[in-house]
Amino acid sequence: MGMEFNKETFRKDFTFKNSAKAIKRFPFPFYEDSYMYSVNMEPHVPGPKGSVFEPMFDVDEHYVAEMQDRAMVLAEDPLRCQSLPHMTLAGWDLLELIMESKARDYPEWFELHKDGHNWHWINRPLGIDQKFTFLDESTLPYGPMEYITRQSQGDFTLQDQRDDNLWIEAGMVTTQADWSLDFDIGMSFHEWHAPVPRAHELGVFDRALKFLLKLQHGAPVRRFNWTLTVDPLLDTSPENYPKWGPMRADISPENVGERMYLRVELQTLHRLPRSNAIAFPIRCYLIRFDDLVTVPKWGRRLHRVLRDIPEDLATYKGFLRNRDSLVKWLSQYDDGAPTSTGWMAD
Amino acid sequence: MSVKAPRISVTVAEVVEVNPLIKRFRFVRSDGQPMPPFSGGAHIVVEMDDHGTRRLNPYSLMSVPEDSSGYSISVRRDDTGRGGSLYLHQQVKPGMAMEIGYPVNLFSLDQRAKKHLMIAGGIGITPFISQMAQLTSLGGRFELHYSVRNRELGAYVDELKALYGDRIHLYFDDEGDKIDLDRLLAGQSFGTHLYVCGPKGMISWVRSTADAAGWPKGTVHSEEFLAPPVGQPFTVELAQSKKSITVGATQSLLEAMEAANVDAPYLCRGGACGQCETDVVRCDGHIEHNDHWLSDEQKASNRKIMPCVSRFGGTTLVLDR
Ligand code: HEM
Ligand code: FES
Repeated sequence: MGMEFNKETFRKDFTFKNSAKAIKRFPFPFYEDSYMYSVNMEPHVPGPKGSVFEPMFDVDEHYVAEMQDRAMVLAEDPLRCQSLPHMTLAGWDLLELIMESKARDYPEWFELHKDGHNWHWINRPLGIDQKFTFLDESTLPYGPMEYITRQSQGDFTLQDQRDDNLWIEAGMVTTQADWSLDFDIGMSFHEWHAPVPRAHELGVFDRALKFLLKLQHGAPVRRFNWTLTVDPLLDTSPENYPKWGPMRADISPENVGERMYLRVELQTLHRLPRSNAIAFPIRCYLIRFDDLVTVPKWGRRLHRVLRDIPEDLATYKGFLRNRDSLVKWLSQYDDGAPTSTGWMAD
Repeated sequence: MSVKAPRISVTVAEVVEVNPLIKRFRFVRSDGQPMPPFSGGAHIVVEMDDHGTRRLNPYSLMSVPEDSSGYSISVRRDDTGRGGSLYLHQQVKPGMAMEIGYPVNLFSLDQRAKKHLMIAGGIGITPFISQMAQLTSLGGRFELHYSVRNRELGAYVDELKALYGDRIHLYFDDEGDKIDLDRLLAGQSFGTHLYVCGPKGMISWVRSTADAAGWPKGTVHSEEFLAPPVGQPFTVELAQSKKSITVGATQSLLEAMEAANVDAPYLCRGGACGQCETDVVRCDGHIEHNDHWLSDEQKASNRKIMPCVSRFGGTTLVLDR
């Protein structure tokens, strides 16, 4: 495969950039010209070659830079990574799932050698060569979840299952869309979803929880979520709000294309075998509006979605104040032509 | 929406007669790959072709969760039942190829517990065997109280004693032993979780005693798989699939749907998990609700049915499937 990893930043000078290849494989999340919450889950089976669904965990050109950004966030605020004591086993499950998947899907970058519980992990892009004893925390520099998620793009949460509910009790959360692990840790499925408008009334969370409680090992599922962000800032956390909240006032018709980003989360859900917990990786992809409209179908569709989205959703996602400027800017790219269903470019 | 894990093709590696009623079966993967790890208390569904009837019966895994070389189950022969256990006892021999599902856990350990207090009756011992193995490797505290009819039918009594010593407490019915549950529960320290698996009567006895002693609901865990009962044949109409099917006397409604190529969700096939819940469109007659899933009101309304264990008697039953 032989890929160069970008040298780029997600803060201050914001040198983040998508290559032509990354734009082409961007996971555009809208299947049709409108958007409403639904129980949008499908089997997480390998997708078309080159797509972000091809591997279990996508590793792309932003890998190394994203891991550097995560290390900086953690250095400032260690509470972004937390694991309640009974979740350590789930952390090992996650470590095994990620190591096995990456070694299988990207053999040129990652290797995993097992001899009983003596494991040897090689991560070439990050220059890591680690021998350790599986299930023995003292043989790794961090706990198992922290160790592996410092080497994996996207946020991760681990949910324990008991009393017919899921409990968010561990996580590595540094690239989130305005929610806080430190605040949510210990909550149940409906509690941590409390701020979301409409979805409760639509029955989305009741049905999603019922489904997840029966999620099977060996049958992961995936769904999309999305929002909008000003500048390619990964860490839009409540803890960090003073740094990014005011940036939304900088948006003007002149800079929409350059400074507005569609932020897509590819979320997958995996039953973990030893702990019976559920892992929830939340992988964030960013694309600048200027790049997005190079695919005509995406430009047309994003215009229609943002124009017609109910106000409470736009408020919750944090772009109501800029909606008119965004829609106006996007309207240049919408000639009114019909679009095909599905997210693939026409 | 139901997403099922792939099946695992296995070879029967070993069949051991544990006692006159119980046989143990060991499965290894036919492709030579390691088995997926699992959590203590998990079960698998074993697929059988029982003289033309496809059966899928759930059995608790009793091997060591970390042992990826194979899975073991123990099966108690049920001479009056529909045949799944008889098929395993009489037809399944080492070397045979079979299919099993991925492990599913409806009886998992609460990892927050300071101590795990386990109560087993008869063949209900099997999930505890894998749980104790897992707790041993994790360093968790446990204590097992195991009641059986007599010494001859006390499966794994000696093995468990040898492994875990005085953490195992045995009770033989025909020697007049009885678990002194009130005393046992009263003597537990804060943070203990209680687990029970065994016959129906035992589960309700343990649950009600713990309830009366003030144990919080979330600290008491039980598992009971029901074998689908036999009964009179009956006919069902499936509205979505536009099919009319007949459920045989020793077949479950779920098995009859599967035999008619109707895709019906399931996980436990024993009335416990809720996955097979199906809406009733019309019911002229009486549904025999045999599950633990629906509430009494739901059962009385006859608007829902659990096809893995429930049956019907009457003129018309139409389901939304
Ligand atoms: C078990 C894993 C899951 C975790 C840990 C999780 C976590 C979260 C969190 C932290 C939020 C933000 C809430 C806030 O504003 O503070 C959120 C939003 C949301 N979640 Fe989940 N979630 C999970 C699974 C699901 C599933 C399976 C569904 C639906 C099928 C779902 C649907 C939603 C929706 C619709 C939103 C609002 C998103 C938006 O408009 O930006 N979640 N989730
Ligand atoms: S399959 Fe579990 S209740 Fe029917």
